[in-house]
Amino acid sequence: MSTVSLQQPLVRAPRRRRVRWGRGLAWAVMILFLVLTLFPFLWIIRTALSTTRSLPSAPSDLLPVDFTWGAFARVLGLSSRAQAIAQGGSGASVNFWLYLRNSAVYATGVTIGQVFFSSMAAYAFARLRWRGRNLVFAIFLGALLVPPIFTQLPNFILIKNMGLLNTLPGMILPTFFMTPFAVFFMRQFMLGINHEIEESAALDGAGPWRTFFRIILPLSSAPATTLAILIFITTWNDYFWPLLVGNTGSTRVLTVALGVFESQTPSGSPDWAGLMAATLVAAAPVLILFIAFARKIIDSIGYSGGK
Amino acid sequence: MFIAPAALGFVVFFLYPALRGFYFSLTQYNLLGTPQWIGFANFAEIPHDPLFWNSLKVTVEYVVLNIGFQTVIAVLLAVLMQRLTTSTLVRGALLLPWLISNVIAALTWFWLLDYQIGLVNQFLSWLGVDRIAFFADNFWAIPTIAMVNIWRNMGYTALLVFAGLQTIPRYVYEAAAIDGCSEWRAFWRITLPLLRPVLAMVLVLTVTGSFQVFDTVAVTTKGGPVNITRVIQFYIYQKAFADGQFGYASALSVVLFVILAVLAALQLRLLRAGESDLA
Repeated sequence: MSTVSLQQPLVRAPRRRRVRWGRGLAWAVMILFLVLTLFPFLWIIRTALSTTRSLPSAPSDLLPVDFTWGAFARVLGLSSRAQAIAQGGSGASVNFWLYLRNSAVYATGVTIGQVFFSSMAAYAFARLRWRGRNLVFAIFLGALLVPPIFTQLPNFILIKNMGLLNTLPGMILPTFFMTPFAVFFMRQFMLGINHEIEESAALDGAGPWRTFFRIILPLSSAPATTLAILIFITTWNDYFWPLLVGNTGSTRVLTVALGVFESQTPSGSPDWAGLMAATLVAAAPVLILFIAFARKIIDSIGYSGGK
Repeated sequence: MFIAPAALGFVVFFLYPALRGFYFSLTQYNLLGTPQWIGFANFAEIPHDPLFWNSLKVTVEYVVLNIGFQTVIAVLLAVLMQRLTTSTLVRGALLLPWLISNVIAALTWFWLLDYQIGLVNQFLSWLGVDRIAFFADNFWAIPTIAMVNIWRNMGYTALLVFAGLQTIPRYVYEAAAIDGCSEWRAFWRITLPLLRPVLAMVLVLTVTGSFQVFDTVAVTTKGGPVNITRVIQFYIYQKAFADGQFGYASALSVVLFVILAVLAALQLRLLRAGESDLA
């Protein structure tokens, strides 16, 4: 992908003064949107560090009200029932660690399978010659147009018939082998690999398997990593499918659990501090991944979308 | 064969369910017994279902608000980014809401917009304006849900548009500048027309996604008050799993599929997505 960086102003307005005014205004708008984007995150943190019972007394204070780590302790199951109720929690045990584990297994499972098998398919579409290749690829691509819910309803029945309802494998399986997007993404990259490398490998007597594992996969490690990160984030944040097939205590993932946690309060007013602490913990893995791979993720968005 | 695992996955979890989806739409099925073949009865019933029309109306209202504001904001942010800064920090900050799940975005705004002690209503009453029950008000519920998702997706959409802006060559602007063209005119006469193919793709993607709004509704309003926010995907979900009308729900999902396909084709056609004015 050609990414030309355009740092200098492109068009110079006739007079300098107007430029300076225009730039000032432009920065003001940009900063306004940055504040709108980031402020809710500050509010999550501020609330998570507050005591729920004290929140109504200072609803617009920018700093935590009655500072406490209690909400985090409650969410992670580190505080006693009495403590939790005193701070405005529900006292009901939320098995947060279990949901965290389920989310991790679900997202990791889908990511590993999908990246690996989609790369294999992409190799077949991009580098190997076989009859019907273009037709099969067109059919794969056609699936991109189908709205997910259309296949998810019958997939629910399928998983149910397989006896895999409310199991992690049942949640993972449908996207374990491929998604049209993943195959398309990897194929785009593999089309650009130099043919000579493969030809010299073939001369040395390497078969397609050796070529794939020794040459193509290592060469594709950068886009494969990007794809893996994108799949992980999407799966981690997925709500609809886990709600259909995994909405019981033992296989609930974080997104589904958060929806339940919200309605699990006795007095009517939710345990806001606990809820916000829970969302922070639930978002943490993805945010950490983002900090580690920010560049890769940001650049990939132009790549997949601009296509 | 390298294609084998992906082909297996495709046939079992995409192709077979798609065909089965059509089959279920022609049956009466409550998830417990076996599907009973009833021909096109489900499809005949849909036009007489007031709740279907309501869900369509509500969804369209949501999509228009969501896409309308989001696209304008995204183009604005993309142009601002291009002109002001290419800093990864700014782009990363704008992308942040997209990284958290719909569920978390919805819960965060549910709290910010709480009637009693939510920050926004505190601010409104400080201004001397009446408090608003954002998620429970007949007028405000859909705009509120649209706003939450604009907040989550505007940075992401802006990055898509930004990538499109990078494909417009500099010499076009330089030539315009020499001819004394102002920045404002350059935006309307150069940037927007040359951005059209990218914008068309972005619109098809976001409109298709927007039509399938579910998470935000499921977590906050659950379709209420009454039917005010019962968007089509939530209606399908309720029909399939709460009302035991899986066949009817499948028929509705076929209708949704057709609507989305027609809309995508229309957009691509109207925006002449295939051809660029460049060259």
